[in-house]
Amino acid sequence: MKYLMLVYGNEEIWNTLAPADLAVLISEVDVFNDALAESGELVSAEGLVPQARSVRMAHGGPVVTDGPYLEAKEYVGSFFVVDVDVDQRALDIAQSYPGLRYGGSVEVWPFMPGGWVRR
Amino acid sequence: MRVDASVEGLLRTLAAPVLGALVRRYGDFYRCEDAVQEALISAVGTWPRTGVPAQPLGWLKTVAARRYLDQLRTDTARERRERAVLHATPRDALVAPPPDLEPVRDDLLELLFLCCHPALAPSAQVALTLRAVGGLSTAEIAAAFLVPEKTMGQRISRAKQRLRDADARFELPPQPERGPRLQAVLHVLYLLFNEGYSASSGPVLQRTDLTRQALWLARRLHDRLPNSGETVGLLALMVLTEARSATRTGPGGSLVPLSEQDRSRWDQAAITEGIALVTRSLAMRPLGPYQIQAAIAAVHTEAPSTEATDWPQILGLYQVLDRLAPSPVATLNRAVALAKVRGPEAGLALLGELESGPLAGNHRLLAVRAHLLEHAGERVDAAAAYREAARLAGSRAEQRFLVQQAVRCTE
Repeated sequence: MKYLMLVYGNEEIWNTLAPADLAVLISEVDVFNDALAESGELVSAEGLVPQARSVRMAHGGPVVTDGPYLEAKEYVGSFFVVDVDVDQRALDIAQSYPGLRYGGSVEVWPFMPGGWVRR
Repeated sequence: MRVDASVEGLLRTLAAPVLGALVRRYGDFYRCEDAVQEALISAVGTWPRTGVPAQPLGWLKTVAARRYLDQLRTDTARERRERAVLHATPRDALVAPPPDLEPVRDDLLELLFLCCHPALAPSAQVALTLRAVGGLSTAEIAAAFLVPEKTMGQRISRAKQRLRDADARFELPPQPERGPRLQAVLHVLYLLFNEGYSASSGPVLQRTDLTRQALWLARRLHDRLPNSGETVGLLALMVLTEARSATRTGPGGSLVPLSEQDRSRWDQAAITEGIALVTRSLAMRPLGPYQIQAAIAAVHTEAPSTEATDWPQILGLYQVLDRLAPSPVATLNRAVALAKVRGPEAGLALLGELESGPLAGNHRLLAVRAHLLEHAGERVDAAAAYREAARLAGSRAEQRFLVQQAVRCTE
């Protein structure tokens, strides 16, 4: 069973972290990712640049604007995908995400099984 | 790489005997398994050009043994500790004996028991079984489960490391353990079959045919254990399910429910085989859940239509199943049969019991509820339940199907 883990960062907290703490966090996340890769559970992990743009319908057509996180304190900072045997394992992984202790949060989204079916 | 189907089939049948022979000779499953993989890959690259050698099994054993020893030498250069192993190996054992000196043994059972060892998680058991017994490459297995090759490779090597740590033996488990261990093997084949089955609902991005793999493995296991009721039952279940595969999907991979399938297109030869297997398995004791599920499949395949199906018998079988292996899914299916026998209200009442259990909010429960509501004439409620089921559906094909049902109820 695959899960998308959306990792939310918090701009305020991130900006006030001491460089030494930041270095620790980054190396902890590396260790975390390595462990998941080694167990054969990590499908992919990517960091995201906080320059998201939002595409919506407005005035009869699609419009591209900055955001959606321009005003928000929280934004999606990275994501990773795991493939695990049981639901609880996905939650355990999320709970052990190092960023949690620095004010980040993780959303756990189960994949619809079967993947994309080409028609 | 496109490999001739006959070569591919031959390699698949030889993977287990080669690995078995190597593990018996050297005792090191971890390295032997790698070596056999390399030998298989080498055969895939060579045989289509040179033709299949006169003694394909001997060829593979020789190449695999050479790879094993190469690997051992490389590793020992790094790990002095292991040099002793190489030195302790008699010189003549480093050269594979001529293939005709060694009796061909069928190590399938020992290999399956090893790959489905209780120290491994189900996904690891499945992956290792496909590679070590099915002879599939890591890339093929990764493609079948839609994960990167690296992820699958890691999963397999971790599984092998676990086996090493658990000191897992390449031998049949002692008699008292054999029953539960066989259950684990059957469960892995069942998972494999289901994975292929749910994935075969349309031309999916290059998925290896897991259903075919599962069937092949189940047949081999059945050859070895023809008197194991659950093994016969699982094979029967697979054969009967496969017999209907051509009619399960419509154009564009849409789902076709049993009641609307074109029964004239079911594979009659497979049905005959499956029913013979079911009949034989039901005479064996103790009865297990695969035997009962196969019997249910047999009743369905024997019926000329949904209306003419022997629903009281199916209901009885689901009651047995619910007693043998109680599960909310069995109860859910029992509710469908009950509705056919005693009317939709009776089925809905049984569903009520499930709505507070682990299936609460499950799309299958909602879909069955919608179906029974529709038959009870409650079309508005049925449409709402179909829509809710579609929202929570397990796959795109199911989602599309459920939305269509909702539309039908509002027409």
